[in-house]
Amino acid sequence: MVPVTYYVALSAVLFVIGVLGVLLRRNALIIFMSVELMLNSANLVFVAFARLFEGLAGQVFVFFVMTVAAAEVAVGLALIVAIFRSKRSVDVDQMSSLKG
Amino acid sequence: MLLQYIAIAILIFLSTALAGLVIVLGELFGPRVKTNVKSMPYESGMTPIGPGTRRMPVRFYLIAMLFILFDIEIIFLLPWAVVFRKLGVFGLVEMLIFILILLVGYLYAWKKGALEWE
Amino acid sequence: MTQADLYTLLPLIVLVIWACALLLVDLLIPRGRKGITAFLAALGLALTLGLTLAQVSAAGTAFQGMVVLDGFARFVNALLALTGLLGVGLAYGYVRRMGIERGEYYTLLLFSVAGMMLMAQAADLIVVFLALELLSIPLYILAAFARPKETSEEAGLKYFLLGAFATGFVVYGIALTFGATGTTSLSGIIAAASNGDAGLLLTIGAALILVGFGFKVAVVPFHMWTPDVYQGAPSAVTAFMAAGAKIAGFAALLRVFGLAFSSLSADLTAILWTLSALTMIVGNILAIAQTNIKRLLAYSSIAHAGYILMAFVPFGNAEVLPVSVAAGVFYLVAYTLTNFGAWAVVIALEKAEGRGLDLDDYAGLGRKYPALAAAMTVFMLSLTGVPPTLGLVGKFYLFRAVIAGGFYGLAVIGVLTSLISAYYYLRVVVIMYMREGEPERVSEPWLNLTWAASALAVVLISLVPAPLFAWASQAVFALF
Repeated sequence: MVPVTYYVALSAVLFVIGVLGVLLRRNALIIFMSVELMLNSANLVFVAFARLFEGLAGQVFVFFVMTVAAAEVAVGLALIVAIFRSKRSVDVDQMSSLKG
Repeated sequence: MLLQYIAIAILIFLSTALAGLVIVLGELFGPRVKTNVKSMPYESGMTPIGPGTRRMPVRFYLIAMLFILFDIEIIFLLPWAVVFRKLGVFGLVEMLIFILILLVGYLYAWKKGALEWE
Repeated sequence: MTQADLYTLLPLIVLVIWACALLLVDLLIPRGRKGITAFLAALGLALTLGLTLAQVSAAGTAFQGMVVLDGFARFVNALLALTGLLGVGLAYGYVRRMGIERGEYYTLLLFSVAGMMLMAQAADLIVVFLALELLSIPLYILAAFARPKETSEEAGLKYFLLGAFATGFVVYGIALTFGATGTTSLSGIIAAASNGDAGLLLTIGAALILVGFGFKVAVVPFHMWTPDVYQGAPSAVTAFMAAGAKIAGFAALLRVFGLAFSSLSADLTAILWTLSALTMIVGNILAIAQTNIKRLLAYSSIAHAGYILMAFVPFGNAEVLPVSVAAGVFYLVAYTLTNFGAWAVVIALEKAEGRGLDLDDYAGLGRKYPALAAAMTVFMLSLTGVPPTLGLVGKFYLFRAVIAGGFYGLAVIGVLTSLISAYYYLRVVVIMYMREGEPERVSEPWLNLTWAASALAVVLISLVPAPLFAWASQAVFALF
C-alpha cells in the first residue's frame, strides 16, 4: 500500500497550486477553478486518511464537499455570467467601480 | 507482487506498439494531396459555417448549472441504494425528505421558466 | 432518529421548512405585492425566535453527536433570529425603493439565518462546514442582488471569490485535522488532542481553519474584501451580513477553538493576539480616511472584529476563557444592535444610484431631523465606546476579561485604538450638528422602528447591563 504521507504531500502540492492560482491569476474563471482545486486537494486528504483509518467518515465528508462545491459552481457561474453581460470582461483587475 | 500484472503490462505495450506502428506506416506510405477542402475541419461531411469558437447563448449555461445541481445528488442516492434493505423504512422516509427538498428547487426552477428554451 | 433529535434542532427545522415553503408560496404572489413575502418571512423568524426561547430542556447532543443544544446555542440562536427579523425590517422598504423587490430576497435571508443557527449548534466539523456554506452562499447572491447595477455585481463576485477561497482553507484545515485525530467530531478532537501527540498536522490544520474563519469575519490581514463588498452590496444586505456573519463566525470560533483546539494554545495564542491587535489597529486607522459612510462602517466592522477576537485570545486558559467569551458574546449583542441602528440611519438617508452616502450628506441633520440625528449620535458613541451606551459596557467587560488573562498589552491597544476611533465616529456627529445642509430622509414605519428601537435598547440596556451579561455568562459557562 502506498504510504499516506505520499497522498498528503501530493494534496499539499495541489493545495498550494490552487492558492497561488487564486492569488496570481486575474481571470475570475481561472481563480474559481483554482478554488475548486483547493477543495479537491482536501478531498484527496480525506479519502487517503479514510483508507488509513478504515472508516467511512472521511469518505462521507468528500460527498458533502462535492455537493457544496456544485452549489458554489452554480452560484459562482451565475455571478460570473451576470458580470460578463454588463462588463464584457471577467478580469478582476477591471472590477474597480468600488474604490475609496 | 507486481508480477501478477504482467499480462496487463504486455497488453498495454502491444496495443500501444500496434497503434503506433499503424500511424507511422500510414504517414510513410499513404498518398497525400493537400487541398483547401481537405484541410477544412471535419464536421460530419457538412461545410463548416463561421469560426469554430462561437459564443454560446447564456441559456446553455443555465441548463448546465441546473444539471450540475440536480446531478450531484446522485452521489447521495447511490450509497443509499446499496444499503437500502438494511436501512428499511427509516432510510426510505429519510430519502423521501431529501427528494422532497430537491423537488422544491425543481418546482421553483420550473415556475421561474428556467426549463423553457424560448 | 428520535424525538429528542428533532427537538434539538426544532427551531432550525421549522425555519428551513418555512423557507422552502416560502420559496414556493412566493411564486404565487404577484409582483409588486412582495411585501406579503416579507411579512411571511418575518413571521417565520418570529416563530423560530419563540421556539428557540421555549427550548428549555437540558443540554445534549443529537443526530449521533452531529449537533448540540446548550445554553450557548440557545443564546446565539435567539440573537440570530433577532438579526434576521431586523434584516427583514430594514429590507422591507429599501428593496422597493431601490427597485430590487423580489421575493427571493427574503427566502435567501431565511436560508442564511438557518446556516448561521446551524453553525451555533455544530458539534462536528462536517456540520461546521455545511453551516458555513449554507450561510455564505445566500449571502453571495444577496450581495449581488441589485443586479444589473455594476457595483452590486462586483461586490457579489468579490465576496464570492474570497469566500470560496476561505472555504478552501477551512476544508483543507478540516481534512488535516481529521488526519491528525481520526475524527471530525469536536469532542473526539478534544479527546485525541488532549492525550498528547496529535502533533504538527493538527496545528497546521487548526491554523488553516483559523485563516478561513479570519476571512469570514474580516480579520486583518484577511479583510481586503470587506470595504468593497460592504459598499457595493445593497445597504440592507450589508447590515444583515455585518451582524449575522460575525455572530456565526465567532460562534464557530468558540466551538472549534475555544473547545476543540484548546490544547494548541501554546502555538496559537500568540497568533490570535497578533491578529486581534492588527485588526484593531488597521481597521481603525484606515477608517479615518473614509468619506463614504458605507466604507466607514465597513472599516468600523473590521475594527470590531478585532475587539471581539480579543475574547478568544486567552483560549488556553480555562479560568479566564468562560468570562472572556461571555464578554465577547455580550459584545456581539451590543454590536448587533448598534450596527443595525447605524445602518437603518444610513438607509433612511440613501437615495437611488448610490447618492446620499457621503459624510457631507449628513450635514444639517441635527437641525432638520433631531430624532434621527440623536439616534445616529447614540450609535456613533456606542461604536466608539462612550457612555451611556452599550458599546462602552461591552468594551468594559472585554478589557476586564483580557486583563484578567494577563494580556495587558492587548488591553492597552484596545483602549488606544478606541481613542483613535473616536476621531472618525465623532466627526460624523460634528458634521450632523455643526454644518449647514439640507438632507432628505425617507420615513418608513419599519425603518423608523428599527433605528428608534435600537437606539433605545443601546441606551437602556447600558444602564442595567447586568441581567443580559448574566444571561450571556450563564449560556457560556454551561460549555466549560
